[in-house]
Amino acid sequence: MISFGPNEEQEIVRDAMREFAEQALRTVGRECDESASVPDDLLQQVWELGLTATQIPEEYGGGGEDRSPITNILVLEELAYGDASLAAAAVTPSLFANAVLDYGTEEQKAQYLPLFTGEKFHAASLAMVEPGALFDVLNLRTKAEPKGDGFVLSGQKSFVPLGDRAQHFLVLAHNTAQDGFEGIEAFIVPRDTKGLTISEPEKNLGLKGLPTVGLTLDRVEVAAAERLGGEAGIDARRLVAASRTAIGAVLVGMSRAVLEYAIPYAKDREAFGEAIAKKQAIAFMLSDMRIEVDSMRWLVWKAASELEHGLDATRSAHLARVYCAREGMRIADNGVQVLGGHGFIREHPVEMWYRNARTLGVLEGSVTC
Amino acid sequence: MIDFVLTENDQKILDSVRAEALVCRKYARYYDEHEDEFAPDELEEAKDFPPTMSLFGNRKDDDTSVAIMSMLLSAGQCWGDYTVRMRRGSGGLGNAALRAAGTPEQVEKWGDTTLAMAITEPGCGSDPSQVQTTAVLDEATDEWVINGEKIFVTTGCRCDGVVVWATLDRAAGRAGIKSFVIEKGIPGFEVTHKEKKLGIRADDTAAMVFTDCRIPRSNLLGGKEEIPKASSGGFRGVMKTFNMTRPAVAAIGLGIAEAALDFTREHLKEAGFEVEYGGSLQSQPAVVQKFHELEGLYEAAMLTVMNAAWLSGEGKPNNVEASIAKAKGGSSVRQITQGCIEILGPMAVSREHLLEKWFRDVRITDIYEGTGQVQNLIIARNILEYDRTELK
Repeated sequence: MISFGPNEEQEIVRDAMREFAEQALRTVGRECDESASVPDDLLQQVWELGLTATQIPEEYGGGGEDRSPITNILVLEELAYGDASLAAAAVTPSLFANAVLDYGTEEQKAQYLPLFTGEKFHAASLAMVEPGALFDVLNLRTKAEPKGDGFVLSGQKSFVPLGDRAQHFLVLAHNTAQDGFEGIEAFIVPRDTKGLTISEPEKNLGLKGLPTVGLTLDRVEVAAAERLGGEAGIDARRLVAASRTAIGAVLVGMSRAVLEYAIPYAKDREAFGEAIAKKQAIAFMLSDMRIEVDSMRWLVWKAASELEHGLDATRSAHLARVYCAREGMRIADNGVQVLGGHGFIREHPVEMWYRNARTLGVLEGSVTC
Repeated sequence: MIDFVLTENDQKILDSVRAEALVCRKYARYYDEHEDEFAPDELEEAKDFPPTMSLFGNRKDDDTSVAIMSMLLSAGQCWGDYTVRMRRGSGGLGNAALRAAGTPEQVEKWGDTTLAMAITEPGCGSDPSQVQTTAVLDEATDEWVINGEKIFVTTGCRCDGVVVWATLDRAAGRAGIKSFVIEKGIPGFEVTHKEKKLGIRADDTAAMVFTDCRIPRSNLLGGKEEIPKASSGGFRGVMKTFNMTRPAVAAIGLGIAEAALDFTREHLKEAGFEVEYGGSLQSQPAVVQKFHELEGLYEAAMLTVMNAAWLSGEGKPNNVEASIAKAKGGSSVRQITQGCIEILGPMAVSREHLLEKWFRDVRITDIYEGTGQVQNLIIARNILEYDRTELK
């Protein structure tokens, strides 16, 4: 059934997140961007919202709510409306926890999920992206070779969110035996594993409030028990689709932020004797943003709905990500243009959103739903 | 709940409509090349398909709302062909106006006839307040005397009558505009020709002239002869009827655009380019990247249509969303059909295939029922909280 109506619970969560995003994220987003860091107490504050723990079953100490990609993308849009970097930081532990929840063996769930249901923020991350031009998840250069009962991982990763403090990494690698999604495996690698080198925080164009690192895996030996999902492995198709859908949701939230910032500015700013918003050249840039924010959101909702039904969301998630990347960039671009010179000045958040849009548009694996 | 997956029941209906649409598509080229003819209301080959409404017999609570399904049905029919469409319903746009504004006596009198709607004139389209056709009351005979020229009248050739917008007093602006029912056969009413068009060629689009055309006083739709002073509430009431027709018009264009996408996907495959979605965008050939872009536009636009329809079905206001659907649909179908031809190259402009026809047929989508620019004006006024004097 096609329906655009969130349920009552989702509306409550969405309202709460909107308020939190405005009060706790928007207010510190610029500071985090300038310092290229995220304070621990902010992560703790986010943790207390229960984003990661709520959908973990009660037997592992979680909230026992249904695992819902739709609820999660509603949350992501709101958080990203506040600040995209901090939204990504807020859900980084879920990159690890949701994958264990979705694909882990009973032993893996019992061992790792309780880490995410405690009172203290627990940092863990996903290492998907790799350095070098033309990153493609279907062509991973990080290899997992069988050795005895276990595996040896070799390669390099980049843009690993919260890698400066993550206790565990979920490392995606190519198993060399199969092509495509079937060839992608995930391995749980603790921070202090021999052969794993963690770089200093990377210096990025955008999403600066989200600290990221590079990993070097120099013949890292992992036991068979650390292969996520055991013999069955993971559903990489689904994991990638969830990540692409979530990236789209972040771009929706950020694009809405641009629009809602540009409107009052354009109504206030005068040129040639009247508010610039009264000129169609400006007004139509804004109406176009409104059209595209809706378009982007529905594409993301559709992909999330397919994930929620347990269907193959590969096509919808890809189309949503590509569309949101392109239109999110255009909206941020026009946001700068509407503000003119002020759009170029770091006193306003619009230049930050412009950098964030370009960054988000080429990312994978840094958020999930 | 938020949900975007069709139920089995939904899918059955859409499959039936598409099977029928494919039969109609066989006649698409013929009527494109014989624009002086009218496409039949029935086809011998299609007569065994169940009537659309009968498919809605066993709806369950979790099936998609009729408001959304009606959009998907229109799209599905036009995926076959715009002009060769079965069971389009006998009513014209004028019938919607009659139902919305007519007195009970008027609805009784003309309810079973087909009424076209004549608003546009050679000198006025997007701004119907500039209507130049005049209606003058002859108190001696209790008749209205209508003079003027109307163009682009859908179903104008084959209708039984027309709802005509005419002004009682040009100085009164939009407040002076009234709707009149003018039946065929009345002296002074002449359908001059069927318009010759870029696309949807065989479709019934008429031009008409009224020369001292006399109609009974009781033919003024709604019966209110006085000109309201300042308010244009009546005018706004008429504009409100666009809240479902605008998304519907977008859905119709998108049905055609989807046919173009299907054709292009098939021929890309023949040329050795399978359209896949798993790898990164950068890993795809340029033609596939372009195809992904067009598919994204189609999906996005169709979702805005469904959102506008969903709101309407829920009884919620959808003024802005209807305009969003129309603006997004209108621009997307242009880009999609233009892009499909770009992808396939010279073969795509051959009249051996229907792609060039679809490219011409969809172009009207961004014009009728309010141009993309008019929709943007409506959206901009809404988000900026400006009225029409503040944002012109």
